[in-house]
Amino acid sequence: MKILEVHGVRKSFDGQEILKGIDLTVEKGDVVAILGPSGSGKTTFLRCVNFLERADAGTLTFDNRTHDLHAITKKEIAGIRQKTAFVFQSYNLFLNKTVLENVMLGLTTGRKIGRNEARERAVRALTRVGMADKLESYPIQLSGGQQQRVAIARGLALDPEIIYFDEPTSALDPELIGEVLNVMRRLAEEGMTMLIVTHEMEFARSVSNHVLFMEDGVIVEQGSSKEFFEHPKQQRTRDFINFILKVRN
Amino acid sequence: MDERVLRIIIDAFPQLLLFCVRYTIPITILSFALALTLAVVIALVQYADLKFWRKLCRFYIWIVRGTPLLVQLYLVFYGLPSIGVMIPAIPTAIIVLGLNEAAYMAETVRGALESVSRGQVEAGYCVGLSFWQIMRHVVLPQAFRTAFPALGNSLIGMLKETSLAATITVTEMFRKAQEINGRVYESLALYTEVALIYLLICTLLTWLQRLGEKKLNALGGEKR
Repeated sequence: MKILEVHGVRKSFDGQEILKGIDLTVEKGDVVAILGPSGSGKTTFLRCVNFLERADAGTLTFDNRTHDLHAITKKEIAGIRQKTAFVFQSYNLFLNKTVLENVMLGLTTGRKIGRNEARERAVRALTRVGMADKLESYPIQLSGGQQQRVAIARGLALDPEIIYFDEPTSALDPELIGEVLNVMRRLAEEGMTMLIVTHEMEFARSVSNHVLFMEDGVIVEQGSSKEFFEHPKQQRTRDFINFILKVRN
Repeated sequence: MDERVLRIIIDAFPQLLLFCVRYTIPITILSFALALTLAVVIALVQYADLKFWRKLCRFYIWIVRGTPLLVQLYLVFYGLPSIGVMIPAIPTAIIVLGLNEAAYMAETVRGALESVSRGQVEAGYCVGLSFWQIMRHVVLPQAFRTAFPALGNSLIGMLKETSLAATITVTEMFRKAQEINGRVYESLALYTEVALIYLLICTLLTWLQRLGEKKLNALGGEKR
């Protein structure tokens, strides 16, 4: 079943075109990795899809309804955001709220769900990311990996149909990356639909089933991740994969 | 010390204190409340980038910060009646002091709002909150903590500025001291006495400010 389809996404900043027409279709249960060198427009693309940036052109189909990304209204955006979650590179937890409050706020204030039910859902989500023992902690008392797991729980509690991850491990110390990737790996196994901008090639190879490779605002190659990593079609893709692997070793 | 002067000082004390409690402190509190409310509105308008209103706010800040408070008081109290706008002395003092300080405090509040990372605002949108919900639950509480010390300074400043109200016929503590002095001619003693009372209250406020900061910092772990 198709969950999300975007078509012809374009975006310029100060006259410089960052996205030059990106298309993507996401099926339910897909784990899509968006790869590419820095400055290729991956993050901008993800932010356009969740309306954190307003695209200059393009359409987005979600829940069988197609919207013009440039002209979409606040109300339509709010409606779509009811069913999506976003995980940031810098976690962006609410610093004045405890872990539990961070996860509950979107439920109680955003969705008007009663406190008891919201609390239950929040605790359940925090349990899934292994953070149920830190309910009363404040974000600055946590490590980066723990903060990111809370941020994932904050999204999970919303019961989204798709979760967007914007370089979720790029701000983490190397020893903390694993705990976040493990949580994401488990979500993937449980069938969560995810769209992930990442530099973690090994993770992308083992967890994603679909890859989008971008450079300079265009898609260089996209397809199943098995094909992508084992038989890349484009020379540019081969160079990129080899380069990353070489840096790694 | 001269026994007569000592007598004057002792006799003046309860009167000065009475006018402090009856006028100086209420004028301070009311004008501070007005200033804070207006400052938050002005700061939010600029933060939310509401085009027309933003320009209006910048204009307001430009005028108020560019003219002396004493001149503003005279303009409203002695100037406006000639075009038919008559405001009694005490309300004039409260309004002018409040409007004046609001321009400065707005910058304090705006800086504090900007200090809260935009990422938290984006995260708020992503979990389905509206702009005003994000302001209320996430940004303003954090901004308040940042702005608290500066707001405390404003309050202390305003307490002292109420003495300017003496020039527009408001008999607050300082004008009371002037009145007593008019009868007994002991400027040095009386003005020293009134200065010490201001100092006492400001010391008390500084102490409260520190206590408040400690309380705020105890909430939500230590500050980043």
